[in-house]
Amino acid sequence: MTIIVLIKQVPDTETKVRITADKKGIETNDIKWVINPYDEFAIEEGLKTKERLKEGTVTVVTVGPARTVEALRTAVAMGADNAIHVKEEGTLDTYLVSKALAEVCKKENGQIIFTGKQAIDDDQAATFAYVAELLDYPSATVIVKCDISADKTKATLEQEADSGAKNIIETSLPAVIGVNKGINTPRYASLPGIMKAKKKEIKTYTLNDLGLGAETARAIDSDYQLPPERAAGKKLSGDIPTQVKELVRLLREEAKVI
Amino acid sequence: MLNFSLSDEQTALRDMVRKFVQQEIIPNAAKYDETGEFPREIINKAWEAGLMNINIPEKFGGMGLGVLSDVIINEEMGAGCLGITTSIAVNTLGLYPIILGGTDAQIEEFAVPFLSSPKLCSFCLTEPGAGSDAGSLSTMATEEGDHFILNGSKMWITNAGHADLLTVFCTTNKELKTKGIICLAVPANLPGISFGKHENKLGQRCSDTRAMNFDNVKVPKKNLIGKIGEGFKIAMRTLDRTRTPIAAGAVGAARAAMTYSKNYAKERKQFGQPIANFQAIQFMLADMAVKIESARLLCYNSGWLIDNGQIEQGGYFSALAKRHAADMAMEVATDAVQIYGGYGYTKEYPVEKIMRDVKLVQIYEGTSQIQRIVIARHLLKD
Ligand SMILES: Cc1cc2nc3c(=O)[nH]c(=O)nc-3n(C[C@H](O)[C@H](O)[C@H](O)COP(=O)(O)OP(=O)(O)OC[C@H]3O[C@@H](n4cnc5c(N)ncnc54)[C@H](O)[C@@H]3O)c2cc1C
Repeated sequence: MTIIVLIKQVPDTETKVRITADKKGIETNDIKWVINPYDEFAIEEGLKTKERLKEGTVTVVTVGPARTVEALRTAVAMGADNAIHVKEEGTLDTYLVSKALAEVCKKENGQIIFTGKQAIDDDQAATFAYVAELLDYPSATVIVKCDISADKTKATLEQEADSGAKNIIETSLPAVIGVNKGINTPRYASLPGIMKAKKKEIKTYTLNDLGLGAETARAIDSDYQLPPERAAGKKLSGDIPTQVKELVRLLREEAKVI
Repeated sequence: MLNFSLSDEQTALRDMVRKFVQQEIIPNAAKYDETGEFPREIINKAWEAGLMNINIPEKFGGMGLGVLSDVIINEEMGAGCLGITTSIAVNTLGLYPIILGGTDAQIEEFAVPFLSSPKLCSFCLTEPGAGSDAGSLSTMATEEGDHFILNGSKMWITNAGHADLLTVFCTTNKELKTKGIICLAVPANLPGISFGKHENKLGQRCSDTRAMNFDNVKVPKKNLIGKIGEGFKIAMRTLDRTRTPIAAGAVGAARAAMTYSKNYAKERKQFGQPIANFQAIQFMLADMAVKIESARLLCYNSGWLIDNGQIEQGGYFSALAKRHAADMAMEVATDAVQIYGGYGYTKEYPVEKIMRDVKLVQIYEGTSQIQRIVIARHLLKD
């Protein structure tokens, strides 16, 4: 069984985001790049699925510039068997990335495709759906449990719904599954894994190789803005009854929560 | 050409350990410090991530990694908790005598099992009467047929209460001084071995430290590592390789103390401004940086020399690294508490623990005075 995990390299959550002068992107010089945390859950689920089935291979795939190979190597150090890099230095959007990912999934004949429910950089939560649509596979997201049937033709999924409820979904395979935090605890890249990853050959494609040479990004980011600075907090004064009164007034009139 | 950059794998290793420390060690460090409980769970996780026993050669299925890798691991771990670092790092110390002095069959029998489960190994050199002067040890090994019969006691043995294997340094003839010392691989469950209580220490409180007693312990002769009389040399060759990672642990602890106190100085206001505006505070921080960076370079240099076969020079540099890192970390931690003022003196903040923890680095694996003796001996030898 070929298990495919789609991953994205994103800035570390502690990055101090600075916008470039032309406002079309963010400064990438000092950024520490990491695997999108939700994709780490996806990698772990891929590895766990292989362990539970006692057969198969786990292939990680990413699309992006040269630096994104590091994300693949980390995934190999965690235990992935194969890694595929679609190398593209130019502008990408969800459409183009998903096109490339879908082509790779076809080429590799992926039977189950895991990815994070969203990437923490732009939070679009769109890739799983795009890829599924392009492949014409079923898909489900915000998944917190995934069981593959013994004959490997079906998966039973648990999807988080509002107020703690869960939807139980049964899907045929192949399918694309967006995983949520809580599905597992990702293992660390092990030291032996890191040494192995160094020697691992990473298969590289260009968009051209995938028959996408004529495609370009359709959505272009044109005007990045930082969120407005958070206003300073308010400190109430006076005796307790006055403060309580004032607090209730503010909650009603300013915060409009009561 | 001179090149100070880490390789891609070394960077990946550092990042992985840093993440491990952030997720597993930092949230638990204060709890283990308070209770003194043995950090078994964290040790098991570190073993699973392949961070232990990395010195077992590739030929035997191990990683065959050298001192630099342990330096990288220990600096990161030390930034989380030195007590946990010690508990994890002692396997390297315990296994080196077997790796350096043992036959292939002995490495297979005693070291290789550490690759398949999270076992612990203790290094048993120090005795109640033999600390800095380890060569004067007096635990007796008497030959009797196919066995050595061990009698005597050891002191301050790390992980002793949890160890599966002990590398024990003892003597067949005390008159021969260091030339009579042997090294034995001793399963910790042999009859006649008993352990004292877990010592209630100033710092590194969760690392398990105990006295031990050998009462007519029968050890097969096939467990003799190296030849009779080679034990002391094996111990010294081991310490040449482990001092540098120990020094790196102190570098990590000092780095953490600097980061904590720097952040605090930017937030704490007195006289209407952050205390970081005061030059007296700035100079303390600047001196911390100088000390930490220079100690790290000594660790890297020593590790590089040893890993590249220059053990003589590397051994000398390991003494430089250990002396400097241990002493500077104590100074840095003391200044970090100073920057925090009264708050730093309480367990509400993390710097007093670092101060208590790094104190031990000036003592174990050779005190700072002994490092100076090693350094001076090297300088004056010709
Ligand atoms: C928590 C802990 C864990 C330890 N773990 C281990 C372990 O796993 N295995 C092991 O074998 N040992 C271990 N040790 C022992 C440690 O290595 C010794 O404590 C250390 O070598 C010093 O010996 P000592 O305590 O007997 O001090 P002493 O040798 O009595 O020294 C006392 C003081 O005298 C100074 N001094 C001694 N000789 C000289 C000299 N010639 N010139 C100048 N000054 C001198 C010392 O520097 C020190 O300041 C551990 C110790 C501790 C505290």
